[in-house]
Amino acid sequence: MQFTIEVGRYNPEGTYAPSASAPQEFPVPWDKAPPRRYQTYTVDLPEHAVVLDALIEIREYQDESLAVRCACRSAICGSCAMWINGHAHLACKSKLQAFTKDGKTRVESPPSMPVIRDLVWGMEPFWKKHHAVTPWLEPKQPVPGPREEYRVANAAMDNLVQEVSCINCGCCLMDCESFAINDNFLGPHALAKAYRYAADPRDATEKQRLGSYSGNGGIWDCTHCYECVQQCPKGVAPLEQILKLRKMAVDAGFTNNAGTRHADAFAESVRESGRLNELTLMPKSTGFFNIVGQLQTLPSAINMLRAGKLPPIVHHKIPGVQRIKTIFQRIGGRFKK
Amino acid sequence: MIFDHDVLVIGAGLAGMRSALEAARNGADVAILSKVHPVRSHSNAAQGGINAALGEGDSWESHAFDTVKGSDYLADQDAVELMCEEAPADVIEFEHMGVVFYRDDEGKLGTRAFGGASQARTYFVGDITGQALLMTLYDQILKAGVKVYEEWFATSLYTEDGACRGAVGLESITGELHLLRAKAVVDAAGGCGRLYEPSTNALICTGDGYALAYRAGAPLMDMEMVQYHPTTLAGSGFLMTEAARGEGAYLLNANGDRFMKAYAPNKMELASRDVVSRAEATEIAQGRGVDGNVLLDVRHLGRDVILKKLPQIHEVALDYIGIDMIKEPVPVRPGMHYMMGGVKTDVQGATSVPGLYAAGEVACVSVHGGNRLGANSLLDTIVFGRRSGKAAAAYVRSIERARGGSALLRSEQERLGALLARPYKGETHAKVRLDLATMMDKYVGVYRDEAGLQTALDELKTLRRRYEEVAVGDKGRVFNQALQFVLELGYLLDIGETVIRSALLRKESRGAQSRTDYPERNDAEWLKHILLTRDSSREPRVSYLPVTITRWKPEVRTY
Ligand SMILES: Cc1cc2nc3c(=O)[nH]c(=O)nc-3n(C[C@H](O)[C@H](O)[C@H](O)COP(=O)(O)OP(=O)(O)OC[C@H]3O[C@@H](n4cnc5c(N)ncnc54)[C@H](O)[C@@H]3O)c2cc1C
Ligand code: SF4
Ligand code: SF4
Ligand code: FES
Repeated sequence: MQFTIEVGRYNPEGTYAPSASAPQEFPVPWDKAPPRRYQTYTVDLPEHAVVLDALIEIREYQDESLAVRCACRSAICGSCAMWINGHAHLACKSKLQAFTKDGKTRVESPPSMPVIRDLVWGMEPFWKKHHAVTPWLEPKQPVPGPREEYRVANAAMDNLVQEVSCINCGCCLMDCESFAINDNFLGPHALAKAYRYAADPRDATEKQRLGSYSGNGGIWDCTHCYECVQQCPKGVAPLEQILKLRKMAVDAGFTNNAGTRHADAFAESVRESGRLNELTLMPKSTGFFNIVGQLQTLPSAINMLRAGKLPPIVHHKIPGVQRIKTIFQRIGGRFKK
Repeated sequence: MIFDHDVLVIGAGLAGMRSALEAARNGADVAILSKVHPVRSHSNAAQGGINAALGEGDSWESHAFDTVKGSDYLADQDAVELMCEEAPADVIEFEHMGVVFYRDDEGKLGTRAFGGASQARTYFVGDITGQALLMTLYDQILKAGVKVYEEWFATSLYTEDGACRGAVGLESITGELHLLRAKAVVDAAGGCGRLYEPSTNALICTGDGYALAYRAGAPLMDMEMVQYHPTTLAGSGFLMTEAARGEGAYLLNANGDRFMKAYAPNKMELASRDVVSRAEATEIAQGRGVDGNVLLDVRHLGRDVILKKLPQIHEVALDYIGIDMIKEPVPVRPGMHYMMGGVKTDVQGATSVPGLYAAGEVACVSVHGGNRLGANSLLDTIVFGRRSGKAAAAYVRSIERARGGSALLRSEQERLGALLARPYKGETHAKVRLDLATMMDKYVGVYRDEAGLQTALDELKTLRRRYEEVAVGDKGRVFNQALQFVLELGYLLDIGETVIRSALLRKESRGAQSRTDYPERNDAEWLKHILLTRDSSREPRVSYLPVTITRWKPEVRTY
């Protein structure tokens, strides 16, 4: 079967020889991407072939200058993550047929990451974040003897296997919307890893971990965009791990932060009025006495005003708000008041 | 540039990182050189698990006996005893580092059955055991602060006065060559699956470590022993883990019969790998295959067991041939999987070249002999990884820093420069590699004979001549992968020759070496290892070593 592949090419040493296709400027959705252009190739492959098969075919028999990382070809080594048709995917797990749109498949390095050459991009942002969450066990003392394991329930291990399935491909991070605007955000994969160690019954530092993940750039900086859940090829669902971490952190008493205040303010507003009071949400989240923090939100407020997006000044309760309160009572826990 | 360390480890798979960690613990300044990021190493592909006699009622002697029997009595029994005795503590150490091993009802480590074993003694994490071990070990490396030169490719070893004192590394991201000097080098560069087509191995398994050591003067041993795995997916050659059979999967021929009853009536599907691979090859050759395959059937295990214990292969079958194993059997066939042979080492990982150690798949201690048991390779990597790291750290205490090496750096620069400048005449690395690997599968695969092996040797000479014409299709410096592939192909050709020559020499059938012209095992003449040492001016030098036998006299092998 014939497939057409459009490859976003980039060579820091200079340009490539002109290809058959007319060069096209690379659109830059996020401002981090250097200029690239697309080159078109045609390959003849079996119908069940994946995008990586096409790239290898090109690299081996058409154009040896095409750079692409790959090793296992079976979604286990995490090398071949890239943008396919504008989203993060593993090339070795993406069927060409399913990704052919308007007669072609477009692949490129993710614009959110530094590009090295062609489809090879820099993983430093990924690994820095990984390193930042103390990604190793701090063993609970006493460590059992040299022929003895920690006795833990299989369910406790099973609970961690979801994260342990992570192959460090970076699909989640490259499409994370919070990371797109905030380099400081620890990111989906690293926070999933953070959960894996915080929730390991053999770890001695759960409390310190929860404290450090609750700070700036941590669990509360995720915007719930779900990109990581959708793009992860291994079902790690980082957002789910982040939500579990949030619960653990709040239960452990780490509530003095914008994230928890935001959640509290959110819940309080809904409980008391049946709807969200966006006007008080921001000051309550930043803290009423945090003047600097509040001033920092001013520019956004002005922009919102200009765009006509500022919430109404007078906040009304919805009719039958008592029933909402009852729901909160039934659920119980920290928000029932 | 020139960098100096005490110990340089080439390879960041389980063997390499375990070695580096141990060397660091023993006070050495250690650095790792790896052509891919550590977690991309092929150890991550190990699905089934790792063996250790940990359970009640099991004993390391029983594990050792199974290993020796599995090896068709070619393994050195002192080394096997040592590995099996140390296995429990090494596996437990990984548990203490945080590996989320499967547990039994009491919260202790739980097991599954594997081929060739008399007891269920394989410990595992779903079917991602290798990945779980590798990631945990990588994090330990981070914790210990070990320096990693990642995406650096070793082009040659540096020797000074006959001792190994470092390596030359090509930094992919800049295209620059550097000299990494060390007082000792641990070669842990993994397997050589790309020598065969099809193979279960990753594209990066190009046997660099065998060739680097061989070129530096270290002998290669047991190179004829190439393991074919009985269940690789039709077409792509992806591995369908032995754990499937461990969990109770059936192998069926075209008539729907469990044909293993004719070959291994007791162990059935769980006989040792060489036995099952030959059975399949025979079924297919006698016309009872399904399009050149047999069928792996797990339907009777039920949806829950399949999804819980075999999720990876369920996904692979679905992704790559569109078959849902819950509903249908999958076509499988024997495919090249593992190299029992390698750089000859002692039980400390030392090779015959002073300062050069080896561990992992690239090494041959020999604990696998003629046939490796499933889940014994991960064990080999961590036991002998640890031992080599410790021995290297002890060795470097009495060694002075190397001072030379710039001449080698210059000559390597020239060699690569010349390679890049070679004009294109039609030969490419991809074509020569594919012809080599197809040829190896055809003549040096499951079944072999004199005529075929001789043909293979002749064809190899032709391939070598073609290799001299291969041009590099990329002239850039940054991430020039084509250059690396050409260098890797050079390594593969060297190893291919040692495999063919050893197979020709061994005039018997033992373990993975199945000669149709010598169908019997011949202990009187061939209970010995074949070693090949490189001689740059002529054919490799052949020597032999007796097999060390401690307690188990060779017996006929039945399953
Ligand atoms: C699909 C599959 C499944 C398997 N399942 C099991 C199992 O269930 N149980 C079991 O016991 N065994 C299993 N095995 C075998 C086992 O996984 C391997 O033998 C073992 O992991 C090899 O580990 P290693 O550390 O020696 O090498 P690898 O993990 O392959 O690492 C090699 C390292 O060397 C580096 N390297 C190579 N060449 C160079 C160079 N020129 N310059 C710099 N660096 C270089 C690479 O970057 C890499 O880091 C399986 C193998 C395969 C293929
Ligand atoms: S859900 Fe959160 S962590 Fe996941 S991609 Fe969106 S912002 Fe990032
Ligand atoms: S969480 Fe998923 S997407 Fe993110 S790095 Fe891990 S495997 Fe890749
Ligand atoms: S090649 Fe390994 S994940 Fe795609």
